[in-house]
Amino acid sequence: MSLSVTDLRVHYRTLRGDVKALDGVTFEVADGEIMGIAGESGCGKTTLGKALIRLDTRMKHAGGTVALDGEKLPIADDGAMRRHRYREVSLIPQYAMSAMNPTRKIGRMIRDLLAAHNVRYADVLPELERRLKLVGLDIDVLKRYPIELSGGMKQRVVLVLSTLLNPSLLIGDEVTSALDVSSQKAVARALVEFRDHGFVRSMIVITHDISVLFQVADTILVMYAGHLAEKAPARTIIDEPLHPYTKMLIGALPKVGDRYEEQQLEGIEGRPPSLLDPPAGCRFRARCPLAHDRCAEAPPFREVAEGHQVACWAVS
Amino acid sequence: MRGYLARKTVIYGLTFVVAVTLNWLIPRLMPGDPVQRMVARAAVQHPETIAAMTAYYEQTFGLDLPLWQQYLNYWAALFRGDLGTSVWLFPAPVAQVVLDAVPYTLGIMIPAILLSFVVGNSVGAMAARSRWLDNVALPVGYLVTAMPYMWLAILLAWGLGVALGWFPVAGGYDFGMVPQWSWAFAGDLLQHWVLPFLSLFLVSLGGWAIGMRNLIIYELESDYANYLSALGAPKRLVRQYAFRNAMLPQITGLALQLGTILGGALVTEIVFAYPGLGKLVLSAIQNQDFFLLQGTLLFVVIGVLLANFVIDIVYVLVDPRTRTGLTGGTS
Ligand SMILES: Nc1ncnc2c1ncn2[C@@H]1O[C@H](COP(=O)(O)OP(=O)(O)OP(=O)(O)O)[C@@H](O)[C@H]1O
Ligand code: SF4
Ligand SMILES: [Mg+2]
Repeated sequence: MSLSVTDLRVHYRTLRGDVKALDGVTFEVADGEIMGIAGESGCGKTTLGKALIRLDTRMKHAGGTVALDGEKLPIADDGAMRRHRYREVSLIPQYAMSAMNPTRKIGRMIRDLLAAHNVRYADVLPELERRLKLVGLDIDVLKRYPIELSGGMKQRVVLVLSTLLNPSLLIGDEVTSALDVSSQKAVARALVEFRDHGFVRSMIVITHDISVLFQVADTILVMYAGHLAEKAPARTIIDEPLHPYTKMLIGALPKVGDRYEEQQLEGIEGRPPSLLDPPAGCRFRARCPLAHDRCAEAPPFREVAEGHQVACWAVS
Repeated sequence: MRGYLARKTVIYGLTFVVAVTLNWLIPRLMPGDPVQRMVARAAVQHPETIAAMTAYYEQTFGLDLPLWQQYLNYWAALFRGDLGTSVWLFPAPVAQVVLDAVPYTLGIMIPAILLSFVVGNSVGAMAARSRWLDNVALPVGYLVTAMPYMWLAILLAWGLGVALGWFPVAGGYDFGMVPQWSWAFAGDLLQHWVLPFLSLFLVSLGGWAIGMRNLIIYELESDYANYLSALGAPKRLVRQYAFRNAMLPQITGLALQLGTILGGALVTEIVFAYPGLGKLVLSAIQNQDFFLLQGTLLFVVIGVLLANFVIDIVYVLVDPRTRTGLTGGTS
């Protein structure tokens, strides 16, 4: 069992009150599993990713636990969490294009970062060079400044850098969103390859592009307004989704490769509820064609088949 | 890099030519006839004597030639280091008068610029991470920066000079002393130096501190800082990167500020009757001594150009982004 998240709640402090961006989510990611996260913009995907590695100053841990390889992560304690970052949990941020210090040569930056973790640059250099070659980069990128690389190159450097110490869990947020289709394919392939080589044990991949999820993810987790809707193997989510929201999400995608943020979700009218003061019961109720009385009570996220969990009263 | 240097040199060279030409032109457009003034000072009545004196002075100053020739002569003389003769301090050569004043101006300017830059940036960087310091340094910084420049100088002169009597408020050294190499004179020189230096130092300090504080806070929120922190980098490393990156705009700021600081130095000298270039400019105008004015302004212009040139080069050496811009980045 690699990652186990239980009833996790993370809120954003704002002047108008707490935004309950993550309101009790429970799931597991197995050893070697690449789990994709899908859901409309604002449903809490990035929040979930950040909660597992570093809460920013506006975020508040409001409850629940995270355990990695059986050890509980002190996610609310920034200082204590430092020990786990990079070596155990690592991140490819949503902003990978600007993730590297523009005024440091890439090799120098990696050296500084490793030194902070008491790792000697010279010791990992051969492995670093091997992995750069693996993703199709020349080792002289280490002597260059980030600005001298293309977007796709930067994305791959960040992939190699983030996984250099073989973390148990890698969180990739919108890893491919800023890339053109061929770079997307290369990065997606590299993600799977890194898992297969054992550079990373498990991954959580967040993306707007469901075709990328289909390419890399073993399982897909669908989120809606700070809650979980459904988790199942990728094939099952695409071919036989059970949750009404998942069905609409998939149905609203006529072609693989379309990004659901760019089009109105035709089948799904209305908007997700405000997370400042979310309604009780199923959060999808206002937009759900199958909504009934029982939905005033929040449906549990329960297993309906082997490896297939759904939160909906209409699914038996 | 070489192409860049060549380009910069050409640009600075052209600026220099334009500056010298303007410099030559301006005093000639000033009201008043210096030769008439000098003749009047001699207080002679005889018209023939007056005519002879006028002719003599005009020849001495080269004013009897056609304008274009005066202009060419000006350039030729410039390259010989000859800036003409002062009318006010006749017959002292302008170059000598100006060179005597330059050490005073540089003496307050260079320490004030360097110290305010270093101290201001350090205080700003510390304020960015200490709420306590931030609450003190920021308002003080805004106050000092927002204060009209003359006020600050006058306030200092009044407070530390007149009221407390710690430092003399006028002159470069005591009027009763003769410049010489002695401890007594050096001490006196230092005492007179404090107030002009301090006012110039304080005026620039707040700006650097506030700028640095804001830049660091911005850098600490930037993507690379977040990424490093997410990868478990200690605060020390993140701050070090942030400081380094925040220094770059500050260096540009220094280049842009040089002119203003120089202006400030000239005003300071006038407030404290400090015998540098600023006071020389004032005296030259008061005495309608346009050769002196010309010579002084020329030094000022050369100084600013040189300083900017140096900063341009420093900037290219420290910021890789400008460097890649020069060679054409590869992608
Ligand atoms: N700093 C913040 N302060 C207040 N609310 C925030 C903040 N950041 C995010 N939120 C809210 O939290 C919710 C979840 O945001 P999050 O960034 O996790 O969404 P997401 O699923 O990653 O969206 P996207 O697909 O657009 O990246 C949103 O409703 C958003 O409005
Ligand atoms: S629980 Fe009710 S409202 Fe929610 S998705 Fe199922 S049927 Fe629709
Ligand atoms: Mg996001």
